[in-house]
Amino acid sequence: MSDGSGQPILALEGVSVDFGGLRALHDISFGVATGEIVGLIGPNGAGKTTAFNVACGFVKPTAGAVHYPLIQKSNLRPNQLSRAGIARTLQGVGLFTHCTVLENVMAGGQTRPDGGFLNSFVASPRGIRAERRLRDDAMNVLARLGVADVASELPSSIPYGIAKKVSVARALMSEPRLLMLDEPASGLDEAELSEFAAMILDLRSSMGVLLVEHNMEFVMPLVERLVVLNFGEVIAEGTPGEVRNNDAVVAAYLGVAQ
Amino acid sequence: MDVFLTSRIASDVLGGLTNGVIYGLVALSLVLVWRSTGILNFAQGAMPMLATYVGMVTFGHYFGYWICVVIAVLVGFLIGAGTERVLVRPLYGKPEINPVVVMVGFLTVLEAVAAAIWSSTPRSLTTPFSPIDFHLSGKPFALSAFSLYQIITAVVVMVAVAVLFRFTNLGLQLRASALAPEVSRLLGVRVNRMLTLGWTLSTGVGTITAILVASNFFTGLTPQVMDGIFAFGFIAAAVGGLDSPVGSIVAGIVMGIILQFVGDYVNSNAIILVALAILIVSLMARPNGVFSPVKTRRV
Repeated sequence: MSDGSGQPILALEGVSVDFGGLRALHDISFGVATGEIVGLIGPNGAGKTTAFNVACGFVKPTAGAVHYPLIQKSNLRPNQLSRAGIARTLQGVGLFTHCTVLENVMAGGQTRPDGGFLNSFVASPRGIRAERRLRDDAMNVLARLGVADVASELPSSIPYGIAKKVSVARALMSEPRLLMLDEPASGLDEAELSEFAAMILDLRSSMGVLLVEHNMEFVMPLVERLVVLNFGEVIAEGTPGEVRNNDAVVAAYLGVAQ
Repeated sequence: MDVFLTSRIASDVLGGLTNGVIYGLVALSLVLVWRSTGILNFAQGAMPMLATYVGMVTFGHYFGYWICVVIAVLVGFLIGAGTERVLVRPLYGKPEINPVVVMVGFLTVLEAVAAAIWSSTPRSLTTPFSPIDFHLSGKPFALSAFSLYQIITAVVVMVAVAVLFRFTNLGLQLRASALAPEVSRLLGVRVNRMLTLGWTLSTGVGTITAILVASNFFTGLTPQVMDGIFAFGFIAAAVGGLDSPVGSIVAGIVMGIILQFVGDYVNSNAIILVALAILIVSLMARPNGVFSPVKTRRV
């Protein structure tokens, strides 16, 4: 594994979230470090998406805190997330429809220290160099994921599986240490699934991956660790083998009385 | 060639082009705000008017024309940014009628303030350009140094805005924020800053427009100087498509030329009627604007 593996990037500590009278999450704690692939699973309504949204600042925790060890800060807003080394994709693909694939990926590189607002505004030589570098890097990321040939297409004209890779490419532009994938397998066919899994395994060498997923056949062979939510609480955490044999998990998924 | 250039048709086309670029600029400034914040800014004429008074009249006592232009545009930037931060930001996510009422009210306040400070008497701004038409073979030709200045300035502004949006990373952030604010936030784009920048740029473009309008020898600067122009610019934006910067500019220029012919061959009183007719017909045929990329949805 690469240097810095095992370095914690995200840590939820005793997080609870209430929506009015509804408790969506209750006292959950888990973390992700670089170099590991962690799956967040659970039946429908278990609180997976809420946990994801708390982790990236869309939802504020009612109690507890979300820590970002890389920058030693807690409870960030969404636009500060990429500065904490975290990138997230959305359910579906969430690409900008009126921008080309290349522009979409370039839009992911907004937290770089070079260039800056004023340089871009007045098109200074430094600003122009930064723009060129941004464009080149975006092409490199697209090439790395094997989708460089669609760079000049609009998102509406490319297949869904490719669009999903483009949204990952966009997330990679901020050079994250943790990539959060929201239901990456949804809508993909068998061939696309195995390609996507291979891509995630390849990314692990330089970052951690946290994914929310329904498709167990996709998740089980891919992840090292699973966090299982049910009714807003963590009911199990461990390797896929441990979780598969956990009585509480079996009960939650199959509805067996404990 | 000389005969054609001094003909009535050529002079209407050139006169229409001179007016049309102004309508196109007003339409462009409306589109900039509409695309970034989904608000139709009815004070889009009045905010630049105020900047023009401050820059060209107040500072006009101390500096020459070009320095005053720069000051006025900077004041326009400040007015645009300040308006977005103070007046407009609380309106996001509110019913659509709220920003309309607030901006119409703001328009009235700005015109009253300008009249109170500088009075309603027209003020002529001295420009370095003569408003007298050039002559070709002894006959007047419907272009003056001033109208050339107006057309060239408008084209430069339009090209600059296009380059900013199309080819710079800042433009990409502006477009991304307008298309999908939540996704943009996740990518680290400071969306609120981009919304402020949209209003800032729009008022800057508006101020250059207002200076051109008020520098016209025959108009002068009054608190209401932009009212009529705003109406034509608004029609151009609606016809061309509020989502389409290029469409609104083209619509502005075409409308300027058509209305010039109407004024010349029919009657100058018919100009506003024809403008409204163009609006109604085009909205019936293409409700989202002639050039808008958004397709009409039937429900």
